[in-house]
This record gives sequence, structure tokens and C-alpha cells, in this order.
Amino acid sequence: MQTLEILDKKEMPVIEGSAPRLPLQGAGGAELPDIEGTASLLPLQAAVGTEISGSQAVLDAFVSEGVDTIFGYPGGAIMPIYDALYDYHDRIKHILVRHEQGGIHAAQGYARSSGRVGVVFATSGPGATNLVTGLADAMIDSTPLVCITGQVYAHLLGTDAFQEVDVINITTPVTKWNYQVTDATEIPTVLAKAFHIAGTGRPGPVLIDITKNAQLQKFGYNGYTKCEYIRSYRPKPIVRKTYIEEAARLINEAKKPFVIFGQGIILGKAENELKAFIEKGGLPAAWTILGLSALPTDHPQNVGMLGMHGNYGPNVLTNECDVLIAVGMRFDDRVTGRLDKYARQAKVIHLDIDPSEIDKNVKTTVPVWGDCKETLPMLTQLIEKKKHPEWLNKFREFTKKEVEVVIQDELNPTSEVLTMGEIIKVLNELTKGDAIIVTDVGQHQMVACRYARFNETKSNITSGGAGTMGFALPAAIGAKYGAPHRTVVAVIGDGGIQMTIQELGTIMQTGVDVKILILNNQFLGMVRQWQQLFHDKRYSFVDIASPDYVMVAKGYHIEGQSISTRVQVKDALTVMLNHPGAYLLEVMVGKENNVFPMVPQGCSVAEIRLS
Amino acid sequence: MKKEFTITVYTENQIGLLNRIAIIFVRRKINIDSMNTSPSEIEGIHRFTILIDETEEVVRKVCRQIEKQVEVLKVYFNTEDEIVWQEMALYKVSTDEIAAKVKVERLLRECGARAVAITKDFTVFETTGHREETVKLVKALEPYGLIEFVRSARIAIIKESRGFHEKLKEFEQHAPGEEVIENEFLNQQEEVFSM
Repeated sequence: MQTLEILDKKEMPVIEGSAPRLPLQGAGGAELPDIEGTASLLPLQAAVGTEISGSQAVLDAFVSEGVDTIFGYPGGAIMPIYDALYDYHDRIKHILVRHEQGGIHAAQGYARSSGRVGVVFATSGPGATNLVTGLADAMIDSTPLVCITGQVYAHLLGTDAFQEVDVINITTPVTKWNYQVTDATEIPTVLAKAFHIAGTGRPGPVLIDITKNAQLQKFGYNGYTKCEYIRSYRPKPIVRKTYIEEAARLINEAKKPFVIFGQGIILGKAENELKAFIEKGGLPAAWTILGLSALPTDHPQNVGMLGMHGNYGPNVLTNECDVLIAVGMRFDDRVTGRLDKYARQAKVIHLDIDPSEIDKNVKTTVPVWGDCKETLPMLTQLIEKKKHPEWLNKFREFTKKEVEVVIQDELNPTSEVLTMGEIIKVLNELTKGDAIIVTDVGQHQMVACRYARFNETKSNITSGGAGTMGFALPAAIGAKYGAPHRTVVAVIGDGGIQMTIQELGTIMQTGVDVKILILNNQFLGMVRQWQQLFHDKRYSFVDIASPDYVMVAKGYHIEGQSISTRVQVKDALTVMLNHPGAYLLEVMVGKENNVFPMVPQGCSVAEIRLS
Repeated sequence: MKKEFTITVYTENQIGLLNRIAIIFVRRKINIDSMNTSPSEIEGIHRFTILIDETEEVVRKVCRQIEKQVEVLKVYFNTEDEIVWQEMALYKVSTDEIAAKVKVERLLRECGARAVAITKDFTVFETTGHREETVKLVKALEPYGLIEFVRSARIAIIKESRGFHEKLKEFEQHAPGEEVIENEFLNQQEEVFSM
């Protein structure tokens, strides 16, 4: 099974509306039996009352949950599930990645672009431990995932068996829920719980570890029932009207109200509700990095990005507003800067679905615990129709200043070296803000998030809370499967691309249409920037060499080019975007450019530096 | 200001949950003074009693993190005056020593200890009570050759609690009514941790 597919390039399926099927050619061009033909004779789901194996029960659960794509990598302890997958491949696509970390990041990308639960397969031992970074990333960024790991036979547990790792204990702090299955009869209920827990409330990753004997075990199948209720788990809080009324009163009395929103808007599918809310109240709204794209960039009340490399106005004015309305965000330290100097003058209204977030970092005047899809309209109804022209104008004044000192030079530089910002600007012009931009971690991420323009929600996919380098390339693959009709551009630095560059193999094999834009400054740029500013320019191990990326891509049958001058930018980006299929474009940018504005660590948001 | 808090956690019975709860403390480098798991007043529902020395703000946050775990039904935290609590201790001393010295016997009577096992070589005493009572006997027995000492985790009854039966009924309703208060902490806005 593991050598199922090596394809001629010309036969590579290109995703166009629908995603590709598993290729049907074996290694060396030998034809595999026509499983496609026989598969159509199989019933869609296993029949109740029949004997099925634990592995079949897993896949049957996936079919019932509407799973269409799995990202995975086979191995000894998960082979029975892969064997069953052979019969299900007409209903469920499996994307063979090159590393389990790539698999889980791809599933994250899929979940983030589609709003559905991402699914991952990995084997026991190293297969499972390779998921840990992705689990931690999904946990802190609230990404719904169901990960299935194989495990050694139950009778071998605790014997230091081959490829045995204590996966449950390793993953406990980085999963919303995890469970080890040793008996196949548990599989339908456990998987139903897994999907319910992963996708509801504040979403998060769930890991199910299934021992090999349970995968092989036959049992009388009672069918699959979706889980809608767990006694000890209340994902949908009851909204208490008194708090809504109190919050509305504060907003109505406010002279300088300020909305800050996060990914909760996207996860709660409350983009329209947010828009209605800020439009009725005339409220300026700024976003966290994960909230980006929930509100179109050109919305007149979108005042920009919060946090360490966010915009000037939103940061400074956080400490001037009188009512701060936080929606679906968690006051990360990169957003708040120094906490004891953060918005001390303001009354704080915090809307969140997770009660443990309320008062965690910032003291709340009025907590509104609930799903923002529900709470925002309730608030909108109670607030007065208002405009705050002077207050909004204040944001514009700060923007003017920021344009003068920072943005103008970044987007329209006069020196010869290319800036990251100008590349993103041209990209904006060509995509018109309709593309999904997947970013890695570092300077390019900050620049892309600051300057990329978005019309549609779920368009910005990045590793926020965890800051996982190597995230972008696999996540972009997953994002394309999650939203096949959309253009997906992965913007990656020269450091991050080298962390998961093996996933070019996945792109080659599946033919997934991902545009890879490497912004190469020949440095681990963000660390270098900090060393320059806070460590006396002692550039300690940030000088990273790169391979010839175009040549590497060519090795994977992916076309590409490298450019270094301004005149080439527009054409090269056009070629990349118009190319049928994956394309790699490397742009050599200024080596020692810095990202500004910046709130230095330990400083208040009002102490943001423009240079 | 740090002080002793007793945390009571009602949970489902599931493997791994103990670890899930314990690591919430470990992650924040909070030492658990004692932890007890036992059945509760309701069949099938477990009750953890956890003792820590922390500020109320930290305790409240930790409790919310515990309550967030899927299999946890409810978390309460109480100060010493809000609970009735006991710890049990066992002491092993040489039987010869006890037989020879009447003083020791009187001491044991005064501390309310009782003998749970007497053999030719050793005698095991037991006391139940507050920390200072069990510690008092340790101090008193030490001069007479205390061979072994062990004390159980704290168990506690919440004075104000009317049991978990009513709460559980609320939890078991698929669509709970308005009156269900799912997180009391939200009603306590007076003291909030902010740094």
C-alpha cells in the first residue's frame, strides 16, 4: 500500500472544483485492480447487524460525519485501518504526506479554510510523537481536529514494545480530549464523542489512540449515532440577559468605544453579526492576527491590527478608549504588551465562549459568556444607532502618521532592495484580495498580515499562538483541499520553508495547486531584528543558508523561478498565479529590513515604536 | 496572599482524568499538598479533594481550567472555615516500648489514638483529625522510637453544599432552563486577578 502511487507528471490530477481521486497506478506504471469499479458496488456505510472490524468502524464513522479528506502516513500499528481505507477510498480522499507534522498542519489548514473538522492518521511511536507540535498549535489556535493514532496491541502496552510510546500522556496537555481504545466495540461512540468535542464550544484537537487488536477485532455493528450531548460537557452556554443589558448600557454611554475581535468570530461564523454590531454602534474595530479576514480589509470601521507589530492607532488608542469590547479573543501577551499598563482606563466587556478566558489576563467589567453568534445580535439589538466620527477620525490620524513613517517606505520603497511589503502589495493587486494567504512565522508573517487585503472570511491562515515555523507549506496544502475553488498562496520565509520542505513531495504527488512565495532575506529575520534592537547586533546563529529553491522544486517537478529586482515582481507574481498547478516563486528581499511598528517586550501598547 | 484552599471536583470516572487535572497544577508550578479521589454521594460520579496553598486569584483560575476539562462536571473551592475536614494518620511503634512506658499509653489516650494492630514486635495506632492533631502525636511519639508514620490526603465536606444530586439533574437536562447557573465564578466579580 505504501508504494501505491508515483505519477507521471502529465497525469497529475489538478484540483479544479473537485479534489483529485487517489491515483490508480502502482509504482512503475503497473495497473492496480480497478478498485474504483468495485467500490461502487459497496454499500455507502456498513449495515447495522453485520460483523465489521474496528478499522471499518473508524471509516464508517468518518463517512457518517461527512469526512472527505484525511491527511496521514501509514505504519505498522495503523495498518489495519489503512487496509480498510483501501475499500473506502472512493468516499474518502487520503493525502499521503511526507511527515506526520506535515499531516497535522495540513489538517489544520483544511479545518481553517473550510470551517470543518480536520482528520489525521498516524502510526504509533514516532508517528504519534511527530503530531505533538501540530496538536499544541491546534490547541492554542482552537482548531478542530480528530487525530487517529495506531497503538501496539493492548497486551503489549507498557512492555516497551516496538514503536510503543505513551501517546495519551504525551498528548494530554495539548489536546482538548484524548482517549485510548482497546476494544473495538467502543469505536463508534468514542469517535462520535471525538467529533462532537473537537467541533463544538471552543474547538480544539482530539486524539484517539487505537490499539492494533481493536482495529482488527470484529464485532456486531449497531450503527453510528452522532453525539450531540455529553453530560459533563456544556459547549453552548446559556446567555444571561442581565450581562447583555449591562454591556449595552456601557456601550451606549461610551464616548470612545473600541471593538477588538479575534478568531472567535470566524469559529462562531459570526462575521455578519460582527458587521451589523459595529455598523449600528459606529464602533471602530481592530483585529488580532487570527481574527484577520473576519471583517473585510476595506470596511470603513476596520482600523487595523492589534499587538506587537500591529497598527499604530489601535495600539495607542487601546489606552485611550473608554469602553473596550473584546469579542472572541484571549488577550494574548503579544496583543496586550505590558498587562498592568493595558487599557487601565477602560471598562472592559469580554464576549467569549470559554469561561476560563474571562478574567484570565484582563479584568473584565462585564463578562458576556456565550457564543458570539448569539450574543452579538442580542447586543446589537440593545445598542443605540450611533456614529463616533471624531473618535474614528483619531484612528485615521494615527494611520496617516504610520503611513508617513512606516508604510510608505515599506510599500513604495525608494531604495533598490526589495521589501516584503511591496511584494504583498503587488500580490494584493493581482489577487484583488480574494486569495487565501497562508503564512509561516516570522517577519514575513507580520508583514503579510499587516498588508494583505482580504474580502472574504477564512482567508488568513497562520500559526498564531504557538508560532510554529514550518506551518505554512503543509497548511497551504490542507487549505487548498478545504477550499478547492480558491487560490491559495503560501507566504513563507527562508527559515520556515526549510523546516517542512519535504511536503513538496506531497504537492508533487497530489498535484495540489498551491502557490509558494518564499520571501528570502537570507536571515532568520525576526530573531535577527531582535538581536539588532535588544542584543547589540550580536547576530548569533541567524545567518541561515538556503538551497537553490528553484532547483529543489524542479526535483519535485514543480515549476518556479527566483527574482531579485523590482521590475520582475509583477510579472513573476502573475506567472505564479496564472500557472496551472503548483508554483514556487522565490523573491530575494532586503537582508536587514525590520518590521515596524513594534511594541517592545515589557512595554505598554501606548509605547509602540515607529522606528 | 497565599492561603490554604480545598478544591472539590466532581467528575466522571475515566482513566487519565487524574493526570489531566494534575498537570494543570504542574504547568503553573503549583505544588499539590494533598489529593484524594473517592466516590461521591452519587453512584458513578467521582469526587477529587485537592489541597493547595495559593492566592484566591490563582485558585479561581485553576478551578476554571479544571472545570473546562470535558469529563469534569463541577469544581468548588473553599477556605478552611467553609469546610469540615479530616485527615487520618497511622503510626507504628515498638510494642515493647509501649508496654514498658505507661506514659506513652496516656499520651495516646490524650491524642485520641486507637490501636489498630498489636503484634509481638510492633503496634500500629491511628488518629483522625486536623493536621495539628496528627502532627502532635508524631512529635510526642518521636522520643519513643516512631518506626513508621503515614498520613492520608485531606477529605472535606462543604458546609454549605446541599449535595450534587440537584446539580446533576440540571446537567442531565439536554436543554437547561434559564435558572441554571453554569459557572458561579462569573457572579463573583469583586476580586479579579489582573497581572
